[in-house]
Amino acid sequence: MPVTTIAGREVHVDAEGFLTDPAEWDHDLAAELAAAIGIELTAEHWKVLEFLRKDFATQGETATTRRVQTVGGFATKDQFALFPKKPAKKMAYIAGLPKPRGCV
Amino acid sequence: MRRLVVLGAGTAGTMVVNKLRPKLARHEWSITVVDPAKKHYYQPGFLFMPFGIYSPRDVVKPLAPTLRSGVELVSAAVDRVDAEGRRVLLDNGTELSYDYLVIATGTSPRPEETPGLAEGLGQNVHEFFSYEGSTALAAKLADFPGGRVVVHVAEMPIKCPVAPLEFVFLADSFFTKRGIRDKVQLSYVTPLPGAFTKPVSAEYLGDMLERRGIALEPDFVVESIDAEAGTLTSFDEREIGFDLLVTIPVNMGADYIGRSGLGDELNYVPVDKHTLLSTADDHIFAIGDATDAPASKAGSVAHFEADVFLPNFLAHVEGKPMPESFDGHANCFIESGGGKALLIDFNYDTEPLPGTYPVPFIGPMRLLRESRINHWGKLAFRWLYWHMLLPGRRLPVPTHMSMAGKRRPPTTETTTDAVRIPSGF
Repeated sequence: MPVTTIAGREVHVDAEGFLTDPAEWDHDLAAELAAAIGIELTAEHWKVLEFLRKDFATQGETATTRRVQTVGGFATKDQFALFPKKPAKKMAYIAGLPKPRGCV
Repeated sequence: MRRLVVLGAGTAGTMVVNKLRPKLARHEWSITVVDPAKKHYYQPGFLFMPFGIYSPRDVVKPLAPTLRSGVELVSAAVDRVDAEGRRVLLDNGTELSYDYLVIATGTSPRPEETPGLAEGLGQNVHEFFSYEGSTALAAKLADFPGGRVVVHVAEMPIKCPVAPLEFVFLADSFFTKRGIRDKVQLSYVTPLPGAFTKPVSAEYLGDMLERRGIALEPDFVVESIDAEAGTLTSFDEREIGFDLLVTIPVNMGADYIGRSGLGDELNYVPVDKHTLLSTADDHIFAIGDATDAPASKAGSVAHFEADVFLPNFLAHVEGKPMPESFDGHANCFIESGGGKALLIDFNYDTEPLPGTYPVPFIGPMRLLRESRINHWGKLAFRWLYWHMLLPGRRLPVPTHMSMAGKRRPPTTETTTDAVRIPSGF
């Protein structure tokens, strides 16, 4: 598993760059990952990220955009505004969670 | 007398009752299956009907005779499951008590989930995931004069994730045969980042689209459909025009699952993905499309699940640990038009790879490559479905996926100190 240095310390990531150990995540890391993909985190972003982290802790799965809407209460349209083009993957990437499972 | 109640007499539910009946002594166990339908549909056939390859009589049989004797059929819809009271409340006001419950009510298309979709249905908007939809689309395609045909997936997961790809391949073949392929612009619009999710098959299937002149529009999450204007709009404000839209609506599990508090946000039942036991209640299993297991929603998955479920159920009801573990095995033919098909074989951990099946290095079927024998396999499967699978007979293929005969392309692992960014961000 590749190791990369983010926010001044080593973290474990998969081939695409998603963190493989959610415990290595913190707010500094999130800010740096967001910056790497051109997103500056605002209070609105943080609310979504906190939901994702909390939901993952209980479900063991990364929430899909539908779940972020129906359970988290963040409209899909708003998710696209905050995390343009690929909200599901971008939210997971910044929140230090595995890519949400899509089609199998 | 112990009571097993199975909800749904589709592919999974029928296999479950037919496999269990000979294993559960009749003086010890009653088996009841609940389904309001009078007919059993061979759903893989819905793909072929729009192109006139199958006619309606090829895909439908009366439901009751598909069940073994000793299985009681209750023709009613479910209103609610009272898990605490171990009873099922039916919409006709009666109730069924159970010792064990198996939820096998599958998944169904929900046109109403996408604004504007339902308004155009049957006109310039069609679907083929239902018997009625597939029949209507056959009539539409028979005299389609040409124009922009958009094949579209609203949201994952859907039942049979390869079906929309097969549809677009068969459409290419169909319009070519009709001599109007040059008058038809075909495109494939998907919320996935490519033709399919997993890298090896996504690349191969993407090339197949390109070779057929089918445009691919990935990462398209539909916000609304305007049937009158003939446009499809995404959340990131892309707009795609169509003369005929063939859409796969959002798929969801049965509503009673939501009402009973047993489902996730799409009414799928959270289960242990290896045993199919509900994570909420150890008297409830779910099987087939109805579960939240991260496997394909497909008949082959239901079949492999049923093979594992059988010994697990028999052990579980005796208070013993469940001996078998489901590995997510799926095995799907992909029709590619012109009398050919691909076959893919994969599970939770292994993506579809090239190789041979079912005998390593021999085949005769080829994995992730087009061949005629794969196509014959797909057509022959209809007979196997009615005569082997539904009655609960064992097919001569392994339940668990095997790596023997599969080739994994070499991966190029690059090491870098920089922050890794997924492609396409």
